[in-house]
Amino acid sequence: MFNYILRRLAYALPILLGVNFITFALFFMVITPDDMARLHLGDKHITQEQTKQWKHERGYDRPLFINSAHQDIEVIKDTIFYQKSVRLFFLDFGTSDADRRDINYDISQRVWPSIAIAVPTFVVGLLVNITMAMLLVFFRGTQLDTMAVVMTVILMSISSLFYIIAGQFLMSKLWHLTPISGYELGFDAWRFLILPVVIGVISGMGAGTRWYRSIFFEEINRDYVRTARAKGVPELKVLFRHVLRNAMVPILTGVVVVIPALFMGSLIMETFFAIPGLGSYTIEAIQSYDFAIVRSMVFLGSVLYIIGLVLTDISYTWVDPRVRLS
Amino acid sequence: MRSITKTVFLIILAFFTGACDNNPYTASLSGKNILFSAFSTRIKYLDPARAYSSSEYRFIRQIYEPPLQYHYLKRPYTLIPLSATEVPKPQYFDANGNVLPENAPVKTIDHTVYEISIQRGIKYQPHPGFARDAQGRFIYHNLSESALSNIHELSDFEKTGTRELVANDFVYQIKRLAHPRINSPIYGLMSEYIVGLWELNERLQQVDKEQKLDYIDLDNYPLEGVEVVDDYTYRIRITGKYPQFLYWLAMPFFAPVPPEAERFYSQKVLIKRNITINGYPVGTGPYMLTVNNPNYRIVLERNKNFHGELYPLEGAAGDKELGLLRDAGKPLPFIDTAIYTLEKETIPYWNKFLQGYFDAATISSDNFDQAVTISADSNAILTDEMREKGIRLITSVRPTNFYFGFNMQDTVVGGTAESARLLRQAISIAMDIEEFISIFHNGRGIPAQGPLPQGIFGHKEGEKGVNPYIYDWVNGQAKRKPIAIARSLLAEAGYPNGRNEKSGKPLVLYLDVRGGGPDDKSMFDWYRKQLAKLDIQLIVRATDYNRFREKMQMGNAQIFWWGWHADYPDPENFLFLFYGPNGKVKYGGENAANYQNDKFDALFEQMKNMDNGEARLKIIDKMVEIVRYNAPWLWGFHPLEFSMHHDWEHNVKPHPMENSSLKYWRIDHEKRENYREKYNKPVLWPLGLMLALVVIITVLAVRLYRQREYRRQAVNN
Amino acid sequence: MEFFDIKLVILWTDGLLFLLTLLALFAIIYIYRNPYLRCTWREVFRSKIGISAFVVLMAYITTGLLDSFHFRMALETTANQTEKHYSGEVTSLLDIILGSLYQHQEKTYSAPFSAFQFTKENTEQPDGTFQRQYPRLEYGGSHLNEELSDKFADITHRTIVSIFWALAIWGSIAVFLTFMMARKNRDRLESELKPRFGKKLGLLVSSMAHTWRKIWTGSTDIPWNIALITTGILILSISWFAQMAEGYHIFGTDKVGNDVFYLAIKSIRTGLIVGTVTTLIMLPLAIILGIMAGYFRGWIDDVIQYLYTTLNSIPGVLLIAAAMLVLNVWIDNHPEQFPTAVERADIRLMSLCIILGLTSWIGLCRLLRGETLKLRELGYVQAAQVFGVSHVQIIKRHFLPNLMHIVLITVVLDFSFLVLAEAVLSYLGIGVDPTTASWGNMINAARLEMAREPVVWWSLIAAFVFMFGLVLAANLFSDAVRRAFDPRGIS
Repeated sequence: MFNYILRRLAYALPILLGVNFITFALFFMVITPDDMARLHLGDKHITQEQTKQWKHERGYDRPLFINSAHQDIEVIKDTIFYQKSVRLFFLDFGTSDADRRDINYDISQRVWPSIAIAVPTFVVGLLVNITMAMLLVFFRGTQLDTMAVVMTVILMSISSLFYIIAGQFLMSKLWHLTPISGYELGFDAWRFLILPVVIGVISGMGAGTRWYRSIFFEEINRDYVRTARAKGVPELKVLFRHVLRNAMVPILTGVVVVIPALFMGSLIMETFFAIPGLGSYTIEAIQSYDFAIVRSMVFLGSVLYIIGLVLTDISYTWVDPRVRLS
Repeated sequence: MRSITKTVFLIILAFFTGACDNNPYTASLSGKNILFSAFSTRIKYLDPARAYSSSEYRFIRQIYEPPLQYHYLKRPYTLIPLSATEVPKPQYFDANGNVLPENAPVKTIDHTVYEISIQRGIKYQPHPGFARDAQGRFIYHNLSESALSNIHELSDFEKTGTRELVANDFVYQIKRLAHPRINSPIYGLMSEYIVGLWELNERLQQVDKEQKLDYIDLDNYPLEGVEVVDDYTYRIRITGKYPQFLYWLAMPFFAPVPPEAERFYSQKVLIKRNITINGYPVGTGPYMLTVNNPNYRIVLERNKNFHGELYPLEGAAGDKELGLLRDAGKPLPFIDTAIYTLEKETIPYWNKFLQGYFDAATISSDNFDQAVTISADSNAILTDEMREKGIRLITSVRPTNFYFGFNMQDTVVGGTAESARLLRQAISIAMDIEEFISIFHNGRGIPAQGPLPQGIFGHKEGEKGVNPYIYDWVNGQAKRKPIAIARSLLAEAGYPNGRNEKSGKPLVLYLDVRGGGPDDKSMFDWYRKQLAKLDIQLIVRATDYNRFREKMQMGNAQIFWWGWHADYPDPENFLFLFYGPNGKVKYGGENAANYQNDKFDALFEQMKNMDNGEARLKIIDKMVEIVRYNAPWLWGFHPLEFSMHHDWEHNVKPHPMENSSLKYWRIDHEKRENYREKYNKPVLWPLGLMLALVVIITVLAVRLYRQREYRRQAVNN
Repeated sequence: MEFFDIKLVILWTDGLLFLLTLLALFAIIYIYRNPYLRCTWREVFRSKIGISAFVVLMAYITTGLLDSFHFRMALETTANQTEKHYSGEVTSLLDIILGSLYQHQEKTYSAPFSAFQFTKENTEQPDGTFQRQYPRLEYGGSHLNEELSDKFADITHRTIVSIFWALAIWGSIAVFLTFMMARKNRDRLESELKPRFGKKLGLLVSSMAHTWRKIWTGSTDIPWNIALITTGILILSISWFAQMAEGYHIFGTDKVGNDVFYLAIKSIRTGLIVGTVTTLIMLPLAIILGIMAGYFRGWIDDVIQYLYTTLNSIPGVLLIAAAMLVLNVWIDNHPEQFPTAVERADIRLMSLCIILGLTSWIGLCRLLRGETLKLRELGYVQAAQVFGVSHVQIIKRHFLPNLMHIVLITVVLDFSFLVLAEAVLSYLGIGVDPTTASWGNMINAARLEMAREPVVWWSLIAAFVFMFGLVLAANLFSDAVRRAFDPRGIS
């Protein structure tokens, strides 16, 4: 186990380096540090001096990848890429380019609203989808099943934007049941979460239910299920004892990877419902060309994804004792 | 099993009916003397040396008190003292230091001195930066990481202190304008006027480079043109004559900043927690900022050290009838707390206003029809529905221009050639600004006849003020010239039917705009439609604002859509937009059309430093005529601001120059509670319906299941 | 290319779309010649849902293709003109077909089928005074009388005319189909029916009648009756829309008075392009890299795996957003390469497809790699390797045909996902150009309209209906395809 994690970590390094390289290449391919300075400094009389100062303060006055002014290892070390990347690996994100706020601090503040909306949506969605799929499998071959399958396709074919617009319109404007948007720190947040969570669950229901249904169907036609049924085990018991447990591996493959990424929040939900989470943080940063924040969020996202992969592997050993990590 | 589900449903139902409402605030905020408002863009700078937008001024005007302010009610805009004892009188000197009389010719004036004396006994808001221990040492000026383990916001500091406002604080702030790390937006402009500011900047840059300190003590670096006379008096020396300087003294750039605060905020451990002077201002004003989460909420609370100020005793004509003098002479401020919530989307913003969760709102063009109808004599009045709710509408003209500029450096539309001028004039006639205002602003705008908006010296109403190159005066109204005239002008310019006379090539023009939002597609379509009337093809190039600015800087635009909001209510602040040496491309100034006309420039230099009067008016008329004739701008419109207020909000009078209205406002929170209760009754039947649906489906499913089990057993048996 | 008075304009996306159509035609010919594939595809069309979804899809695709033939009209020549000039406006074949709709522009909002503007306006009365009222529209319902008393009669009349048209067209299609099928089964039918009908004409009629009965009762192998009914409904709605659109704004008008129905139709092309061109970009990457990784293993596999894990670990929307903004900056900095607004909008659409393609190849690549690893172990592949057959040959002969069903299923599944993604990205401001007609842009504008009172609901509904139709058809079709090609997945 320990060896396994060590190896995964060693494997993660080049991936993170690659991710960083891509973000750098993407950004600096079109926007030079001078452009960035001009974009951020605003429109009133900007002198050459001020641009220089801006770049210097943020460390953008070095060459991008290779510094030919030096001889030895400094050729690589005294560059924007090296200087900015190394700190990322210690999860030290530095300050934002625009207003020089501490990014680590901002992330630590904004991660909570993101979790508050993403985790309930995920958990409730998972439960609802699995339950629905189980029911469909249970009622397979009946009218109920056919109708429900058609329903899932219809649900799938509606853009999530419609769900949001309709949800806000009905729940808040017409029926005064939930606040239309906004957020409150602390426990009071639950009132603001109902609407986005419900919408999130409904918009994911079509695809989710279908997916689990197909997994369960694959299981239900296996021999051991037939044997169990032939032995007279009640249908409900067959489903929960045998089918669900054996379907765990494909379910985990799809589900566990996503869990760490929940920290990153949802771009669309957060912008629509004015939730001050990491999703809206990122989209704001992209729109205002704040490279420091974008770089940090991309890096964080990749780290979380890699953690998700490791967790998936570990979870296999948990549901299936035959799997060993080596 | 069915009884269990039933109980669960009942519990859920009870839970929902009890807790369901759409109040976007915690219950504990109800029933208090709190103002609820919103902000729509991220607030970046609350440092008075940096902040330069109305969204930021909304906050810092309540906190920082510059020497002067505008009278809240009087019109035209009048300056009165705020932290100063009186509006300072300029003293003029010649090159030898001799005092000159007030009416001395501009040429003889070498420099001007403003001596400002400030009120005694003004105290700063409570702030940890002032906190001292028994020995008189600052407690929080040498903080370590470990001491800050429980500190996340400024309000987490246990001890606070205060001190009296002194003249040096004003001087200190003026020095900050030259600070190389602060990058004040007015440094460039002020260094031309305030003696020694440029030298100070050079010096500080050098110090910054050599010493790499966290904090530069500005008290150690003198500024030649600004001196402290005594604790309550200071002097500012200005090169030449610059009467508009008084207006600058009413802006937060010249508000006092205590050196202790900057010292305190320069500690690295605080910067790491985003506790900076940008986020947590320290002032003497009626309010202090207690919560600043720029992604979510900003809270202003009453400053208990406030020196006190009284509601004005007199106002403009008609103010008394509007009830604006009911609180005359009462101590300010009235409201205890103001809560501003980030609200980026217009729909939730508007709905929350209607639901009573925001006290005031501006109207976007999409919910305009719901709120406002235009009466037969084209006055805006509220719809019955709104009036029933007790909502009031307040309108005001903003000293703002929105315009289409022609880049005078462009080879097609620009230049001094007669053909280009005719082309510009033809386009100006074709672009139906009246229709634009009616479609996109619901009539909330006044078509501009020239550079000067209403309320600015030199603006003329009625027939005298009409731009004769674009409009005709018909039946007591300005009427846009018919399109046929524009077409003939176009032909005269060498493009009959939108085709180049010589080559037959169709004329293609480019319009640069900022945007890309949902509303913009229709606007772009509209622009194209206008020039299509002349058979000119218009290509709209939309970019985000940063890119747009860059394009303007490089002079890469042909026609562009932009706006100008005045810094102060003086014609100079509008006419300088056409002043040659202010050209955007060459000099980086605000003359975005890069217009250059020697005659105009000469008149401008003459007019700039004159006091308002007959002579000045004459020159201004001449200048307006020149730009109307040359048409470097397609005169757009001056926006009308419509804002809606609930009837529990009192003493509201918009002031486009001054954003510190908060201290004058009063709210009746009981009325607000009643309103909120009345208009936000939850509608519960959909919930019931949904539950019923779930129950029915469950029952059906259970039945189906039983049937099947029964059948299976029958088969097994 | 220039003809007498039009100049063809081939935009990037047009070109790719045509290329794709060409590829699809080749694929159809290939399938037709391959008995195994033909059999499987027959399975797709045997499903009732499958065939009706296919008919609907075809209608969308035809519209999209018609909208992709772009050209510029020549301007009239003036006296002293040396060369011919063309209008800067790029029109498409669809615009010509929809001709009148395009020009029917009002001033601002109007409700569906309304003859009045949605907002009041100051109008000058004959006596010179001004009155604030709802003005009549310039085009919508302008043929009606003052009191609109003939509106109902007019709509009924148009409906009846449209039914006649629809019946005529549908009838001829049905007759043609019956004729073709009867001819196909001529031999069998003749031997069956000859004893009863001697003459040639009678034989044809009776065999057609016989075939028709078979079709209508659904006893043909492929459910032609369903196909015909779907076609019938489609034709009826098209002819009804065509009749109505002449006199009314069926889905009202938007803020600047554009016909919403026209916008919704124009959006079809955008949706199709995002759904298909993206696939075209992603397929070569996914197939080549996936098979290479699985087949060669070793360091090639390592490199490819590294590549896709790295790309995959960047949050998708973030990557798309960053890449889109970067590309926009690039487009802004090179205005000389895209002189017209249409070209600028097109290059944005194109870049959206490229970016979506670059982010969505990973899933398929992974699947293919896994499948190739499995196939590789099979006896006949190893035998081929031992005999020294070249790698290219092995891949071509043994791998590609055995992987095609995975590719196909992924492509049809991805299509609806991509159409939906376009709307979301346009909402976030990183999708298509704001001047492009697209459902995303329509929904985006509709958000603000929903806050109006009374609500302007028609743009949202129009976008919803058209988008839902396409996505639902695609989803249902992909279901049928999956069931035919991968029966294991569903019992």
